[in-house]
Amino acid sequence: MDDFYRDYILDHYRSPRNFGTLEQPDASAEDVNPLCGDQIRVELKLDDGKISDVRFSGKGCAISQASTSMLLESVKGMKLAEVAKLPKDAVLENVGIGISPTRMKCAMLGLRVLKSAAIGRLADWPDEE
Amino acid sequence: MTQTLHADAKTERIIADFPILARPTSRGKRLVYLDSAATSQKPRAVIQALVDYYEQYNANIHRGVYEIAQRATDEYEQARVKLARFIGAKTSEVVWVRNTTEAINLVAYSWGDQHVSSGDAILLSELEHHSDLVPWQLLAARTGAQLRFIPVDARGIHVLDDLDRLLDGCKLVAVSHVSNTLGTIAPLETIIPRAHAAGAVVLVDGAQGAPHLPLDVKALDADFYAFSGHKMLGPTGIGCLYGKREILEAMPPFLSGGDMIRKVEYTQTTFADPPRRFEAGTSNIADAIAFGVAADYLSALGMPWVREHERALTGYALKRLSELEPRGLAIYGPRDPERSSGVISFNFADIHPHDLASILDTEGICIRAGHHCTMPLMEKSGWAATARASFYIYNTEADVDALCEGLEKAARVFHI
Repeated sequence: MDDFYRDYILDHYRSPRNFGTLEQPDASAEDVNPLCGDQIRVELKLDDGKISDVRFSGKGCAISQASTSMLLESVKGMKLAEVAKLPKDAVLENVGIGISPTRMKCAMLGLRVLKSAAIGRLADWPDEE
Repeated sequence: MTQTLHADAKTERIIADFPILARPTSRGKRLVYLDSAATSQKPRAVIQALVDYYEQYNANIHRGVYEIAQRATDEYEQARVKLARFIGAKTSEVVWVRNTTEAINLVAYSWGDQHVSSGDAILLSELEHHSDLVPWQLLAARTGAQLRFIPVDARGIHVLDDLDRLLDGCKLVAVSHVSNTLGTIAPLETIIPRAHAAGAVVLVDGAQGAPHLPLDVKALDADFYAFSGHKMLGPTGIGCLYGKREILEAMPPFLSGGDMIRKVEYTQTTFADPPRRFEAGTSNIADAIAFGVAADYLSALGMPWVREHERALTGYALKRLSELEPRGLAIYGPRDPERSSGVISFNFADIHPHDLASILDTEGICIRAGHHCTMPLMEKSGWAATARASFYIYNTEADVDALCEGLEKAARVFHI
């Protein structure tokens, strides 16, 4: 598990990208990790059905915050239908090494909230689909 | 009394009684168990008592006339005698329940619905675990009663300046003996007499009290005292509700069914006397018997020794952890081990407690991270989450040293 905390993870934890809120977002969602209380809120701005801007806010552990920060770097320009189908690997290919089963929900929280914003209701946990 | 914990032969003998402490982790590390406030480890004698029941005399109690049923009944009732002695109660005042939460719910529904009504107040403290908060929120919602809270200061110590005003119109006071999040020992010797003077009944949530402090419910004069077996060397799924005899006798049943009756007709029932009035259905027989063995184990050590061991260890841990304060370690709760019981909550720089717990786990060190089922206290204190180390009879200064080395590793991983 200590392998997980590589420098770029800590960088995303301490300096998250796309962190904050949008004025009048077109879609949004938020959720908490029931295991630890980590919170993530994701807001989307849409242009012709595609994500034109994104922000997230919240607080939590390095895994949840860095996972979300890295995930959202790659979603601009995506269609909502594509976002709704993002697999758990969309997170794990960024942060997969060393995530223990007990911390998997931390890693999946941001993806779950992003997909919830895309489909307009609370999405399933990506690791349980 | 001073102790050299490294060399303490008594502690070494205790450690040898706990099979799990001899098992290395999957990474080959020594298990450093610092989460006894969540659940304690179990000595061999307690585990063996479970095996003996199932292998030698597994039978239902209070009914069978054959030999093993009689033995099961005897051992089960003897366990009740042991627990009653352990807390200084009469045997008939000890009700078996699943855990502290069930004990508090029993009182909230049975005693609460009968005695609490609109306009009454229920007084808790700001330290309460959700299990000593949510049942009272539901009772207040059912009855229209008002919830009040004894405040705590920035170190988690009860502020009693307004106690008499808070007690005015109060039917029930429910406070934890020891805070599971901060370790604060409640000033029950002040709260209970003043509550009684104001006409209130007092329930003590003893989940973190009975395992760690010498206890005499009669001297304390608590009306109810609730505690769990699994936090004091016993199995999960068994606990006790102590209630003063005259109060239990006047209470209606909580759950109903078999084993709690005197006479049943098709349309009406007369109920058994306490404690069996509150023990519907087949009990946790093996767990109750093993809980009795756990009480024997603690009694043999002596609860004053348990308290002194933990007080000394908490003092050592506070000293060692304070060495990390210049590097961003924040220690919450009482700084005086006289006022706390083997629990230390902390945060380390900008490392989230869950990340801290994961890094410590790689070194075999078990701590808790999160809100510790005290979300209102966390909110009031401005902590999103804390890390928590908690001690018991099998912990030593070497465990505290391992924790500090683990924190050094976390500091390296996070470049602090």
